[in-house]
Amino acid sequence: MTRTDRVAVVLCWLFAALVVVYLLTPLVVTVIVSFTSSTVYTLPPPDWSLKWYERLGRKSGLMDSLVLSLNLAFLSTVIALIIGTAAALGVQKGRFPGREAIATFVVSPLMMPGLVVGVALLQFFREMGLRDAYWSLLLAHIIITLPYVMRTLLASLQQFDFSLIDAARTLGMPYPTAILRVMVPNLAPAFLTAGLFAFLASMDNYPISIFLTDARNKTLPIRMLQYLEETPDPTIAAISSGLILMALIALMVSARTVGLNRMIQ
Amino acid sequence: MSAATEAAQAPPEMRWRVDPFVLLAAPGLLYLAILFALPLALLLLQSFRDADGHFSIAGYIEFFSDPINLAVTWRTFRVAALSTLLCLVLAYPTAFALARARGFVQSFILVAMILPLSVGVIVKAFSWSIVLRSDGIVNSALVFLGIVDQPIRLLFTETALIVGSANVFLPFMVLPIYAVVRQIDPSLSAAAATLGAGPFFRFFRVIVPLTLPGVIAGVAFVFSLAISMYVIPSLIVGERHATLSMLIARSYLFFRDAQLGSTISAILLLIAIAVVLGSSLLLRRFEGTRV
Repeated sequence: MTRTDRVAVVLCWLFAALVVVYLLTPLVVTVIVSFTSSTVYTLPPPDWSLKWYERLGRKSGLMDSLVLSLNLAFLSTVIALIIGTAAALGVQKGRFPGREAIATFVVSPLMMPGLVVGVALLQFFREMGLRDAYWSLLLAHIIITLPYVMRTLLASLQQFDFSLIDAARTLGMPYPTAILRVMVPNLAPAFLTAGLFAFLASMDNYPISIFLTDARNKTLPIRMLQYLEETPDPTIAAISSGLILMALIALMVSARTVGLNRMIQ
Repeated sequence: MSAATEAAQAPPEMRWRVDPFVLLAAPGLLYLAILFALPLALLLLQSFRDADGHFSIAGYIEFFSDPINLAVTWRTFRVAALSTLLCLVLAYPTAFALARARGFVQSFILVAMILPLSVGVIVKAFSWSIVLRSDGIVNSALVFLGIVDQPIRLLFTETALIVGSANVFLPFMVLPIYAVVRQIDPSLSAAAATLGAGPFFRFFRVIVPLTLPGVIAGVAFVFSLAISMYVIPSLIVGERHATLSMLIARSYLFFRDAQLGSTISAILLLIAIAVVLGSSLLLRRFEGTRV
């Protein structure tokens, strides 16, 4: 290594350290604020307290919104995993024209402006006569989760050796058993990763949901922004800290079973 | 093979053989076609119609003839571009550090990339508004270090918006670049050195071209997120520096002006489509055909 190389390596590490601090700052701030005794956000907090956690249950509508968001995230992720895996298999293995264009199309919702998708869906649902907020939200959230599943599954299937299934069949396994015993375990990390990212994206979505909610069906991000505009107090920080903890646990479990490097492929 | 048996069982009147994999792909693709592509296409069409339903670009002419709208469009582009640039500058060296890291350090950096995705954009933007306040920690640090004499206004500025949004989008830049960096064979650089290439030549002519697919993917993704962000600017800069997304929200949710809303929506949509198509063309050029 020349001196220039060594300088470059040191610079890379400096940037990485800076990036880690930069990325974790909002999380650390959120957790600290959640334990403050003050009703306003001062850093560092004047004193520590758990009162914002105690108030979580009493904040009207917060728990309903959390349940609704978890419900939407879970169902839309499961549905996306089913139809998305099938579609990824079809696009990867099928012989039809335009497969490359289709692969670009199916992940494109990730890059489309959320508000615009929300408006378009609102108008479309009205035309179709669908006025129920819950079903509108569920249908819309599948559009949020499906591209995550497609992206991960397309990448994983590209690396899956399909001759393994033929090998299992040659050894006497029936076709469905071969799929279940050979392909599904091979794709399990992809399911876990895609599921996690899709779930988080659905939980966090604001711009699409805002057009589809009604007074009774408010997702968590919509409720949180509303609180921030009306009565900002550290309850929001408390519920967010809870979500950070949940995500940390989910991440640890996934890292143990899949490995972080496979997760971000 | 099951494909062959299924084809054999297909009714004889079917002239062409339906690939069973098409049927497998159908539900997901139809879902996106009907509930994603079709509504967007209808919205796009709507922006080209006047009140009587005739073709017209009056909405666009009206939008672009207002200097305020032009200023908003320009600001949206500028903020998105600077936010993307900041992400790229921070992410590029980080991806190399991540590729060199091993064991605990690598896991730690990766967790720092993935964990922030679990915190909603709202909470992150709000945390930045606390950090950047005039009595916030950034200002205290600046005063303490003697960089400024008294707290400066950070919140409600474009700088704050760029810092806050780059923070949210940064993982989406690091991860695709890291994915290509770690596949670069370290002996390539050594080989170039053996052949007499200096460090700068090696970096710009050997390493950078190899990382281009990751850079293109990251830049396209982050730019498309940044140009259409809504929650971050509304919490960090408020109405003072409106972006196109905020105009859309305002025209639909407050003014109930669907004509104006659909025009701005169409503009954002066309930008996003251009980014998707442009990046996928570029990617294909740089890494050969995929899929």
